[in-house]
Amino acid sequence: MKQSLTLGKVTKFMGLGFLSTLKGLFTGKLDKEEFKTFLRKTVVPIASILLFIGLWHMGAKSLYNIEADHKIEKALTDQGQEAAVALRACIASGESGCQPNTLPSPSQVWDSYKSLLRDHNIIAADKAAFIEKTAALNETRTAQGLDAITYTGRPSFVDQIFRSLKTVFAGFLLALFIAVPLGIFIGLSPTLKSAFNWFIQIFKPVSPVVWYLLVFMIVKTLLIGSNEDSSFTISFISVGLCSMWATLVNTAMGVSSVDKDYINVAKVLKLGNFQKIFKVVLPSSLPLIFTGLKITLSVAWMVLIAIELLAQSPGLGLFVWEEFQNGANDSNAKIIVAMFVIGIIGFLLDRLMLTIQNWVSFDKTDAI
Amino acid sequence: MSVIMDNKRETSLVGNGLFPSKDVMLDLKNLKKVYPTPKGDYVVLEDLNLQIRKEEFVTIIGHSGCGKTTMLSMIAGLNPISGGNISVLGKHIKGPGPDRGVIFQSPSLMPWMTTLQNVMLGVNQVFPHASRAQRTDIAKYYLQKVGMEDSFNKRASELSQGMQQRVGIARAFAIKPKVLLLDEPFGMLDSLTRGELQDILIEIWNKEKITAVMITHDVDEAIFLADRVVMMTSGPKAKIGDILNIDFERPRTRKSVLEHNDYYKYRKHLIDFLEH
Repeated sequence: MKQSLTLGKVTKFMGLGFLSTLKGLFTGKLDKEEFKTFLRKTVVPIASILLFIGLWHMGAKSLYNIEADHKIEKALTDQGQEAAVALRACIASGESGCQPNTLPSPSQVWDSYKSLLRDHNIIAADKAAFIEKTAALNETRTAQGLDAITYTGRPSFVDQIFRSLKTVFAGFLLALFIAVPLGIFIGLSPTLKSAFNWFIQIFKPVSPVVWYLLVFMIVKTLLIGSNEDSSFTISFISVGLCSMWATLVNTAMGVSSVDKDYINVAKVLKLGNFQKIFKVVLPSSLPLIFTGLKITLSVAWMVLIAIELLAQSPGLGLFVWEEFQNGANDSNAKIIVAMFVIGIIGFLLDRLMLTIQNWVSFDKTDAI
Repeated sequence: MSVIMDNKRETSLVGNGLFPSKDVMLDLKNLKKVYPTPKGDYVVLEDLNLQIRKEEFVTIIGHSGCGKTTMLSMIAGLNPISGGNISVLGKHIKGPGPDRGVIFQSPSLMPWMTTLQNVMLGVNQVFPHASRAQRTDIAKYYLQKVGMEDSFNKRASELSQGMQQRVGIARAFAIKPKVLLLDEPFGMLDSLTRGELQDILIEIWNKEKITAVMITHDVDEAIFLADRVVMMTSGPKAKIGDILNIDFERPRTRKSVLEHNDYYKYRKHLIDFLEH
């Protein structure tokens, strides 16, 4: 009965089943039926991605041409023939100073991605060198009871990603610890349900921006006199408050809709409240709680960008905003890189939740 | 109509030594159940009187919707009583409790638990002072009795309906209730599995002799298992219509019951009642 854990099973468990057909392709063991699945699950997605990149390339090119023509025409009317010719030559030469500012092409985005990575490597090396140099000094400082000197240089793109992930997980945990217990209480008690219902209905649709402002008002006052940078606190609390509603509603629904037979069993056995909740109610509502948590995590990731931007909290949101303000030649491409990174991380977070859900839940149908 | 008559008959039966005990285990007195509806009250049960003795197995038959399940869930304490009372060993019941074990129509096992954990859930509750090893032994003993000794660690969701109901039987017996209530426990099974489970149930019951009340739709099942078959009139205002004593010796085998001269007489009696 012992089942070996093969790569295929792991990938399927994580909802990445399409990867398993790849293995068959490389080992050359594919019958007709498998080949069909391979076509549908691997070739079609890759083809659609290529098509997307192609359309994007053409779209970016025509936008580039429109912008370039407009620029040249403007130079012609404003500064005359000579300037227009010079500008045309400048654009054609590819010099960065006179390039039209529009949607970047896929290759530009790829270049920006590489340059961001290079930038990260430089910063990381710089940071490592800094830490090495200050190690001895910091030791004596801590011995004297002084604060250690920390690296205060510009964060790299990768650092920003990790900052964002940190914020989103802090917010997610906050949502988890508020929404799941509260949802259980609301689901168990019709009185609490009617007490909280209006509250949920009113606050659920509130925009992340407003949540941010609300949290800002409160945290600012609470942290009066403290020198600490409150931007991280404010942004993770806002993320948590924005995203907790799905979990709250789903938990309450799951708890209040536990199969009546299970409740009857608990009643006949006279299980105490603690036992009833942990042995019957919670396991039975776990699939719905996880559906809620999955939505919460994706909402948290989505609103994070807007909230970081407002809170000036370091992270991908702030990165996007700074690049937009910066307006450098490759800023637009960097924004698109951030967009893809945000999307891919969002996808991975969703898969992560699905994996955990399959792990803990008795209901093995994968809810996607 | 025949309650009083029936009591007389029972007295004589006790005299004959057919009933092991004279003690009344379960007593339903003037039981009434009313569901309020927008069009006025709907009376499901009225003036229902039934006494069930210790170590007796009673099956209840009647048409669908006559209130059998309502009555059983009232005995279990899962459905509030509108009038009259129910007592177990002379004490009025107040809500559900492990002194009245229930085997539900659907097995109602917790699908996230193993079979052993499902049985242990009740055992832990009823024998809190026993050691963990002792409690595990109790649970394993009953699982063995129902033929599930190879599946202690299987999740309930991996089992077939029939297997799940076996665990349901083990769970009910393992908490050693005073009264066992069975709500059409084999109604959802195919006839082959049903026969198997009837045998398992009666075998374990012969050992434990727990007073049992079982609802069934199956006339043969009712005769095979019961000391008395209680027939309920059709609702609304259902009550006990007739009671039939089944005088087969225990332990019974299916074969001996089917070959008994009285079998078809009993069967005809029940079918005549149901067809009226």
